Amino acid sequence: MRKRILAVFLAVAALVCSLSACGGTTPKTPAPSDETTPSSGPTHANELTVGIAQDLDDSLDPYQMTAAGTREVMFNVFEGLVKPDSDGNYVNAVASDHTVSEDGLTYTFTLRDGVVFHNGATCTPDDVLYSFETCAATTITQDVATALSAVQNMGVDGNQITMTLKAPNTDFLSYVASVYIVPADYAEQVTQPVGTGPFKFVSRSVQENVILEKHEAYYGEPAHLDKVTYKIYADATAMFTALDSGALDLMAHLTIDQVNNLSNGYQVLEGTMNLVQAIYLNHAVAPFDNEKVRQALCYAVDVDAMLALTAGGHGTKVGSSMYPAFGKYFDPALANAYPHDVEKAKALLAEAGYGDGFAFTITVPSNYQPHVDAAVVLAEQLKEIGVTAEIQKVDWNTWVNDVYGGRQFEATVVGFDSSTINASGMLARWVSDDGKNMINYNNADYDAAYAAAQTAVDDAEQTALYKQCLQILSDTAANVYLQDLADFVAMRPDLKGFEFYPLYVIDVAKLYFAE
Amino acid sequence: MKKTRNSFFYIGGALSLVMTLLILVGYIWTPYSPTQMDAAAINQAPTLSHLLGTDNFGRDIFSRVLEGAGTSFLIAVCVVAIGCICGILIGSLCGYYGGIADAILTRLCDSITAFPSVLLALVVVSIMGPGTYNIILALGLLFIPSFARIVRGEFARCRDLNYIQSAKLMGVGNARILFRHILPNTRSVLLPTITIGFNNAILSEASMSFLGLGIQPPHASLGSMLSDSQTYLGSAPWYAIGVGGTIVLLILGFSLLGEGLQQRARRT
Amino acid sequence: MKNIAKKFLALIITLFIVSLLAFLAFQIIPGDPTTKLLGTEATEEAKLALRIQLGLDKPILLRYWNWLSAFLTGDFGTSYSYHMPVREMLSEKLAITALLTLFSFVLTVALSIPLGILAGSVRNESLDRAVTALDQVVMSIPSFFIGILVCFFFGKLFKFFVPGDFVSYTQDWGACLSYLLFPALSVAIPRIAMTVKMLRGSILKELGQDYVRTAQSRGGNRAFILRRHVLRNALLPVITFLAVSAAEIMTGSIIIEQVFTIPGVGRLLLASISNRDFPVVQAIVVILAAWIVVVNFVADLLYQLVDPRIRLR
Repeated sequence: MRKRILAVFLAVAALVCSLSACGGTTPKTPAPSDETTPSSGPTHANELTVGIAQDLDDSLDPYQMTAAGTREVMFNVFEGLVKPDSDGNYVNAVASDHTVSEDGLTYTFTLRDGVVFHNGATCTPDDVLYSFETCAATTITQDVATALSAVQNMGVDGNQITMTLKAPNTDFLSYVASVYIVPADYAEQVTQPVGTGPFKFVSRSVQENVILEKHEAYYGEPAHLDKVTYKIYADATAMFTALDSGALDLMAHLTIDQVNNLSNGYQVLEGTMNLVQAIYLNHAVAPFDNEKVRQALCYAVDVDAMLALTAGGHGTKVGSSMYPAFGKYFDPALANAYPHDVEKAKALLAEAGYGDGFAFTITVPSNYQPHVDAAVVLAEQLKEIGVTAEIQKVDWNTWVNDVYGGRQFEATVVGFDSSTINASGMLARWVSDDGKNMINYNNADYDAAYAAAQTAVDDAEQTALYKQCLQILSDTAANVYLQDLADFVAMRPDLKGFEFYPLYVIDVAKLYFAE
Repeated sequence: MKKTRNSFFYIGGALSLVMTLLILVGYIWTPYSPTQMDAAAINQAPTLSHLLGTDNFGRDIFSRVLEGAGTSFLIAVCVVAIGCICGILIGSLCGYYGGIADAILTRLCDSITAFPSVLLALVVVSIMGPGTYNIILALGLLFIPSFARIVRGEFARCRDLNYIQSAKLMGVGNARILFRHILPNTRSVLLPTITIGFNNAILSEASMSFLGLGIQPPHASLGSMLSDSQTYLGSAPWYAIGVGGTIVLLILGFSLLGEGLQQRARRT
Repeated sequence: MKNIAKKFLALIITLFIVSLLAFLAFQIIPGDPTTKLLGTEATEEAKLALRIQLGLDKPILLRYWNWLSAFLTGDFGTSYSYHMPVREMLSEKLAITALLTLFSFVLTVALSIPLGILAGSVRNESLDRAVTALDQVVMSIPSFFIGILVCFFFGKLFKFFVPGDFVSYTQDWGACLSYLLFPALSVAIPRIAMTVKMLRGSILKELGQDYVRTAQSRGGNRAFILRRHVLRNALLPVITFLAVSAAEIMTGSIIIEQVFTIPGVGRLLLASISNRDFPVVQAIVVILAAWIVVVNFVADLLYQLVDPRIRLR
């Protein structure tokens, strides 16, 4: 389904993602696994070859990474004081313990004993301080920078690190996880990164591969595999051919066509991409400033039919700006708020004064085929109500410049995910004066509800307010919401231990070959 | 040898005629709508109702090939026309008059030829936006140098020939010499250049479609279909072969015709 | 000599124009490198700081001058995306593309000359027609469609190789060359057809010349005449044609790299354009242009050597 692509940095799908828990601050140390490292059999040298469709060509520096594909790999190399687990909770990593004061202002982390960097140095509180300072000064993620700037005071006492905030922030731990701990005054992160993760970075060859090796001195449950080679492919078609011929052990993000054509007996797992794919409409442009027109489009689009055409029926309808992995906020009822109804759509268009239909352009980034495919199907479906949609494919850089930054567009199909696992990561962007409010959404009720949720101290009240936000987005048909894409992973039948994260990562440390 | 010449001309002519007719029919009528989707008929093998099978949206490939061939044909013809006309104008003037203008234009043509066409096409499309007419313009621009260079060479050669010199002495106007006396003599060089240009135009459209700069979906062009079909090479090889075969037949017809015409011209 | 010097000067000017055009292209295409490097959530200040760090805030002509003077001293700059010297990055990619080009060039020469001579010396008319017809058909198949067919038949059906499983020569020469055989063949096949056609025409033309008839009338054996007189003359224009082919094979290789997913210069160029990785694009554009211009220059010289009449002009 994906065709030739210039460079699939899935950043399109995952318009960035750093992460944090859904407000969860349950301290939990990684549970020791009862599985033992299997001895390497004669068939494979306990090494894994993974195919990836994008080169790590943004930056390898822990605070400069932006492409989702880069984070997917480097997740195994870098760790923060805490790190996310596959349930979306934050568990202790470089810290062995963390506590929050009752007023929510003081966070105390205990540095774990015996944490060793990949370069052999032992991690000290100074390294932690250095990491936080460097991250605050150089991070390219706005949310992380904002969160860190709210730290009033950082103190070290023995192996205890204390941070005092100006105001309580229930999401603070999620930002701490983005501050990867690196050795102080090590200047070569950008070409030869050094962290504390279960795998160490060995080498990279431009557009060919990235090689990781097991970090022998890892403090926690060691990785089962000795070496992981990420082979870089220019497009998913070639990668799939290599997978099917057995040249790759694992490949993620397959399309349904590829899954159906897999002929080598590999196992296939299904998860979700954790993003909200929609036709995002520019409310500053007529006729999308008219709520009735937007609602008409929602009724005209048949998401089920689209899923059947593009993904063999796989994928989850979303209905608002929240994906199902956010169980706490996701409201399945919204997914069916606009059932497919051509007559109603036509009536709404007539009411809005567009009884004869209209024409508009959908601008799609050309490097991510599922979005292009969705646009093709939508154009066909909208013909039914007399609306003509022309598709314009642009390259990613142009898309960011003109559509995302310049807001010079009528409609676009992309997927947004959260930069933090909290609700604000999904919802902040629709506040009328938010810098990321690409669609120029302007709704006073929404702004009020969101602001109230931000300052709410009671968890239930906050959740209710966020749900109200989602309801408003649905009622006003802010965008034509489509789906959370299905994510397929294919791997050797004897490979075990794969876990889906609510984030765009592959945890290779848990993978092992069954004997 | 005579027989070979004739068969080139006739086979090429017949093939081109059939392809052109099919394309013309495709403009008016296709068995299915080229964009009509069918979730129940995805990636089907060729049958009587779908002569070339269906694609990943369940659209009829034969109908899309008809539409795509029409688009590619239109683009190729216009591109060659632009390249040829501008190339003749620039090339003839440069070749005949020479001088500084000739030197500058020749350098510019050389530079455009040596410049990666991908980047050039990207620049043109960035300025004007994607779309059929802009692609024609972008590619047309790219095709001018190859024509100009060949025409220039021919004109520079003919300029010094005796009969041209005598025409000059007889007071024949420059315009008349250029287009009445020299131009017809470049025919034997120009004809193969046109057929090769046609071939290249179809290829260039295809490579632009690779980059998403070509024909925009859901419209079909042979190039974009061929790059789409690569994904299904293992499961639906008829997709690639059907589309690629059409390209080959289209090019073959016109290059045979060109060959035949050229040999005919040489004979008379 | 004066003529050569003049042509050489023209070559330099062409390269200069090409590099300037490439520089200007990035002024026109929307988007800038900071988008790729900093993502969509970066602050405007961070973008500005990076632009200053990369020197993108300076006027275009000053930047061009800085780049040009560094380039002439052999400093190609540092890649924005990979944070490593462009020269270091390019050497392996260039080697791969050059290897592919060389491979298909050798295939073209090695196969087309014997085939062309064969086609030119065939006396059987129906065989001659069959050869010509086949030649025309093969010439009409675009090389990247041949690539797709090769992937399908040799890759998927007969499993001679795994499309997409390229191994760099730095790891294994044998595996690298055996993979490159298929794309090289795809580029070479239409070229071979063209060269055969050209050589055949050239031989037939020479056979019709007076000196051949004279030799024949003196009782010379046909094969001997062909070898002794005709071939030498007939091959000369073909050599020029092959020289020009070398440039086109290089550009053809870039398309084929996409079909066979070979990490050569072509793929790097496309990725770098999309990343707006300006130093890399600039270096590749100039190197490719230099190759094309130099090869054409050499072809020109060869042509003059072959045909002394040209020198008079």
